Amino acid sequence: MRLRNRMKLELLSLPGNVRLARIAVAAFASEVDYNVSDLEEIKVAVSEAVSNAITHGYQQKKDGVISLTATLFTDALEIVVQDHGKGIDDLEQAFEPNSSSDPERMGLGFVFMRSFMDKVDVVSEPGQGTTVKLRKKLPDKVQAET
Amino acid sequence: MGLNLKRLGNIMLIEVCGEFDLSAADYCRQEIDQKIRAEGIKDILFDLEKVAFIDSSGLGVILGRYRKAKENGGRMAISNANPRITKILELSGITRLIPVYPTTSQALRFLGRGVG
Repeated sequence: MRLRNRMKLELLSLPGNVRLARIAVAAFASEVDYNVSDLEEIKVAVSEAVSNAITHGYQQKKDGVISLTATLFTDALEIVVQDHGKGIDDLEQAFEPNSSSDPERMGLGFVFMRSFMDKVDVVSEPGQGTTVKLRKKLPDKVQAET
Repeated sequence: MGLNLKRLGNIMLIEVCGEFDLSAADYCRQEIDQKIRAEGIKDILFDLEKVAFIDSSGLGVILGRYRKAKENGGRMAISNANPRITKILELSGITRLIPVYPTTSQALRFLGRGVG
């Protein structure tokens, strides 16, 4: 598993930056031949991770800092979204659909991340923040070429 | 992101254009609720033809409006979602609550209003 390329962004916890994050990662990921459907899935997963950081991690405060790192290895794309916000008290519950108590939210963020990526790892410490690591295999033909 | 709200008889037709995510959610929620209150409308149709992207924040707006419509004795339908958006709707489970139609005219028929 060799490193091919890496991108690192630091974003303020502004709702408008959700779009910036997913578009930046999709542009970065298009360096390898993911199909349109794969890229759409990556965009949704990034959107969910960054939205979670803004709404849950920083509770909609606009001055939080979100770190976004995308790394292309020879076999996979890895995306790490990190905030230093509130953290998640109960990770197991957060992974359940409809886990949100807010009637305007579906609690589907982690469900979508798990559905659209091959691997999702979450490390969270209450009061310290949350790190979400998303991994998606590269298309087979790209892996074969490298 | 654009939002068009049109009254068609007793139905509020909501056309969302562009990317339906966290940055659009609050604005959409406020505008739609205000218009529905002002017009006293119960039934809602979300036309997603011009939605290029949706995530759980956008879905939350739809679900929230569905819950309010239901509380008020109204109904809701969704129309014109492209295959990518339809996949997200299905994965979310929203299609088990809200009927999804390929065209606006079919959705309007479900909501009790024919075309023309």
